[in-house]
Amino acid sequence: MNVPDLAIIGILGAVLGLDVVGFPQAMLSRPLVACTLSGALLGSAPFGLMLGALVEFFALETLPVGASRYPEWGSSSAVGGALVGSQPTLSAGGLLIAVVATLAMAWIGGWSMVQLRRLNAVWARNRHAAIARGSRSVVVGLQLYGLTADLLRGFALTILGIAAFAPLYARAMAEWGLGESTARSLLVGVAGITAAGAVYKVFHGTAHTRWYFVAGLALGAVLLWR
Amino acid sequence: MAMTVPGPVVPVPTRAAILLRMLAIQGAWNYETLVGNGIGFTVEPALRLLPGGVGGEAYCEALARQSQYFNAHPYTAAVAVGALARSELDQEDPVRIVRFRTALCGPLGGIGDRLVWAAWLPFCALLALLVFGLGAGAWVTVIVFLGVYNVGHIALRIWGLEVGLRHGMRVAQSLGHPVLRNGPQVLSRAGALLAGVAMPLAIQRSLADDGRLLVALLLVIGAGGLAVSRLRGRYELWKWSLGVLAVIALYSVLR
Repeated sequence: MNVPDLAIIGILGAVLGLDVVGFPQAMLSRPLVACTLSGALLGSAPFGLMLGALVEFFALETLPVGASRYPEWGSSSAVGGALVGSQPTLSAGGLLIAVVATLAMAWIGGWSMVQLRRLNAVWARNRHAAIARGSRSVVVGLQLYGLTADLLRGFALTILGIAAFAPLYARAMAEWGLGESTARSLLVGVAGITAAGAVYKVFHGTAHTRWYFVAGLALGAVLLWR
Repeated sequence: MAMTVPGPVVPVPTRAAILLRMLAIQGAWNYETLVGNGIGFTVEPALRLLPGGVGGEAYCEALARQSQYFNAHPYTAAVAVGALARSELDQEDPVRIVRFRTALCGPLGGIGDRLVWAAWLPFCALLALLVFGLGAGAWVTVIVFLGVYNVGHIALRIWGLEVGLRHGMRVAQSLGHPVLRNGPQVLSRAGALLAGVAMPLAIQRSLADDGRLLVALLLVIGAGGLAVSRLRGRYELWKWSLGVLAVIALYSVLR
């Protein structure tokens, strides 16, 4: 990947990372969107979409609730999308490596958000007296510090992710041994089981949802074999 | 319905500024004051309408009050922002405002988490996976997801701000709105239905239309899904999946 491409993906990763919590939480950072955007910027939106759909299976399980620690799907998806978007073809092995890279970066991104929240707390604590006086510049300033730091966090994470995973991706593809069909089945199988568990986790609290799910499966089967 | 008492008029540019700032309400989120500074930041354009304007005594006291600890879902926080702005502009007793502010935290967090994070977001993601499974192109899938999700997202923020500004400290009754009360249940059922339709189709497309494998794989996924549902959400499956996929990749490269 050349430097201009890296810079463009870095900026995209920064924006997508910011969307997770800071601004505007419009879900641009969901894998389905973020991987597609990143793939498109490097030449292949369809490859990005294929990766995004698979990563979305895993993301269904994670809810960005309040103070809990959750994966950061924005900049991590920019990394994954860039890995597949810059390839002339998309093999099952390439897809599998890109999913691993995206999930790993999402985990690291979640950790980086915790560090940012701690940094925000330090900044707020150091300005407590000014806030208690009702200083407009401090209240606005704290918000801008936080947003800027989040933007920089996403940028750095994306660049580091590409620097770490692009050579690994190339190396893994050169040595890849599993057959196309086997690799794809294993990847889709793991993603599908995770998504099935996620659907149960998210919806089981509401009465009768299992029957709605079964009805949906019946409809899905009809559509599948029509 | 909550009683509406005429209050100070908040000009459209001020409402627009509050709405725009609301998109960045979690910009300084931290483990000590949570979204507190964001509430102060978002209410601030309304506080400029207080007697004395920016920097006046009323403005500074109100901004200091509104920038303390607060916890809410970022979208439903709009209700709090509107109600707190109205109560400050009505120049209610500061002790009552602080008590009201504290009382708003719990309900707004719970309602938002149940309605948005646990129902609306998964529903929209599954809808997008269905669109993907039906064979839609990249941009159609992305536009459907972002369009549907953000209609709900922005509508909730606008509604929250408006009911907050209209009812001020009497906003509690608006939290009994049918969408907030029944929305999570309805969306969860619709989401479960969508999941049933979307997953086989999305899996089929992800397999690159390899029909020979599809039936066997769907059966394996069904059995696996049943098994992991027995874990009752105690484990983060995506982390375990990362480990499994990393081992498969290593095996493929090193064998």
